[in-house]
Amino acid sequence: MLEGIGLTKYFGLVRALDGVSVRVVEGETLGIVGESGSGKTTLARVFLLLERPTAGALLFDGTPVDAFSRDDFRRFRRTVQAVFQDPFSSLDPRMRVEHIVAEPLPPENGLGRAAVRERVGEVLQLVGLRRDSGTLYPHEFSGGQRQRIAIARALVTFPKLIVLDEPVSALDVSIRAQILNLLKDLQERLGLAYVMISHDLAAARYLATRLAVMYAGQIVETGECDAVYTEPLHPYTQALLSAALPLHPSARRPRVVLAGEVPNPMRPPPGCRFHPRCPRVMEQCASRAPAFKEAKPDRLAACHLY
Amino acid sequence: MTPPLLVVEDLRTHFFTRRGVTKAVDGVSFSLRAGETLALVGESGSGKSVTCLSLVRLVPEPAGRIVGGRILLDGEDLMTKTPAEMRRVRGRQIAMVLQDPMTSLNPALTIGTQIGEVVRLHQGLRGRPLRARVLEALRRLRISAPEDRLGQYPHQFSGGMRQRVSSAIALSCAPRLLIADEPTTSLDVTIQAQYLALLEEVRAATGVAVILVTHDFGIVAANADRVAVMYAGRIVETGATRQVFDRPAHPYTRALLRCLPDVELKRRRLVEIGGQPPDLTCLPPGCPFAPRCPERQPQCETAYPPAVSVGTGHVAHCWVAVAAETAAR
Repeated sequence: MLEGIGLTKYFGLVRALDGVSVRVVEGETLGIVGESGSGKTTLARVFLLLERPTAGALLFDGTPVDAFSRDDFRRFRRTVQAVFQDPFSSLDPRMRVEHIVAEPLPPENGLGRAAVRERVGEVLQLVGLRRDSGTLYPHEFSGGQRQRIAIARALVTFPKLIVLDEPVSALDVSIRAQILNLLKDLQERLGLAYVMISHDLAAARYLATRLAVMYAGQIVETGECDAVYTEPLHPYTQALLSAALPLHPSARRPRVVLAGEVPNPMRPPPGCRFHPRCPRVMEQCASRAPAFKEAKPDRLAACHLY
Repeated sequence: MTPPLLVVEDLRTHFFTRRGVTKAVDGVSFSLRAGETLALVGESGSGKSVTCLSLVRLVPEPAGRIVGGRILLDGEDLMTKTPAEMRRVRGRQIAMVLQDPMTSLNPALTIGTQIGEVVRLHQGLRGRPLRARVLEALRRLRISAPEDRLGQYPHQFSGGMRQRVSSAIALSCAPRLLIADEPTTSLDVTIQAQYLALLEEVRAATGVAVILVTHDFGIVAANADRVAVMYAGRIVETGATRQVFDRPAHPYTRALLRCLPDVELKRRRLVEIGGQPPDLTCLPPGCPFAPRCPERQPQCETAYPPAVSVGTGHVAHCWVAVAAETAAR
């Protein structure tokens, strides 16, 4: 449905995204995990056409975004929607919920006022709110309910793909399960595809079907979600997953504690960007950037080990 | 057994606002031994941070007030101390590390000045011994090339390093108790792992007791000797970490552990906790978790449950647990 080829985005000297190729297929959840500065949010913004890539191409149903007609743009806006991290800042406090939710409907939608109201009531119900809660303002809702409103807004145009940027990170733990379950149910009922940006590895594992791991502006590994979690191939993925803490005191596994910090995006290291911190670094890693290639069946990794 | 380092008895900290009285902390009791790590875990508004602020008597006044309870550090009641005495306790005996190192460090002063100030005030060191002490504090927290780092400002450090610098400040006067309030929440996971490993190393080397405030059960599982689960201003369950994870006795703890996604296994479906955390200005008369509790009994709505012991050092406040204990006897 959506395919990026060699997506690159520089902000001045900052190389936020460097040659990222990734594809989103209908009905799946692509989890994009990585730490701050890895470029995952920039990638999400490129997907949403909020940033124009410096180089590379983004294809929507096979059509390059650069060659979009006006109609293509409209179709894109209808088909691809977004939910952001913080439901306190993503909803305008001065607008009634019904106006917030109806906002993505284009003015030329041809729907009458009654039909719009009907659709708004429908999506509010879909996300587990009362049909008539549209007359209220955002401050009358709790954090979890506000995130439901943000999801309702994304659903109003009958989208096929929703980009979720840290959808539960701002919520309390007891509320996270409610929202994660809601997203899962909606996906099954409506056949949605998700791109889920997350630094929360447990939440990503719950929702994602395929996983892309990012480091310093590049994707270092992709694969079927469970396969990546049970057998991470790239040394960075191995370190990242071993730093994520399981929910039981006896479930300790060999810990790879990484030394050093994420590299400066203005001056990324030569060769493999992970080599200064990599526990399995080899001579060629410092000079030659590894190709992103098949390391195992259905598994791609950018590492000289494979 | 050695007497505990810290004993908190029936601590109550309330906030008096126009909307009414917010009972942020309402009858919290726990104790801590030297060298022990206790995790205070709970959701936002459960009273974790206010408990910590109360321990060092830094509750924001005049709205907030400690209205009852005792805080004994080495047998001395901190509630009876004068402000001047409390200033000596803070930093020398109890030190704090906060969530956001960018706001707890002064951006206009060099790192060296900020650590030096604490050491000078509490230990009266000056000149070369002061400098040596500051360098040692930085080295202990694995800040590389500390001599060069002394003259740098907080913005020249990364988030993980800033948190290590503020921990270096906290630990520079060898406190008996370190209160770490969500120390890794603003850090990335690999940096969090570095920081927590370092904290454990320091604890083992110095014997400092740690109160680790967190909402992350993964951090609790990996780092705490004991855990206290908070809900609506009270500790609802406390016990050794292993006990609480293996046999959670309070329905809230059980529900929390079931509703969390886990990196270790793919869960088919998370078991939700319905409803919202309660409004602290108008708490129900009984157990505050009762409206959301799947195991609710009639009496849960009328009276707060007493403490019931469900194992060695493992205590829960729950009528269901009370009934189960009585039946077992």
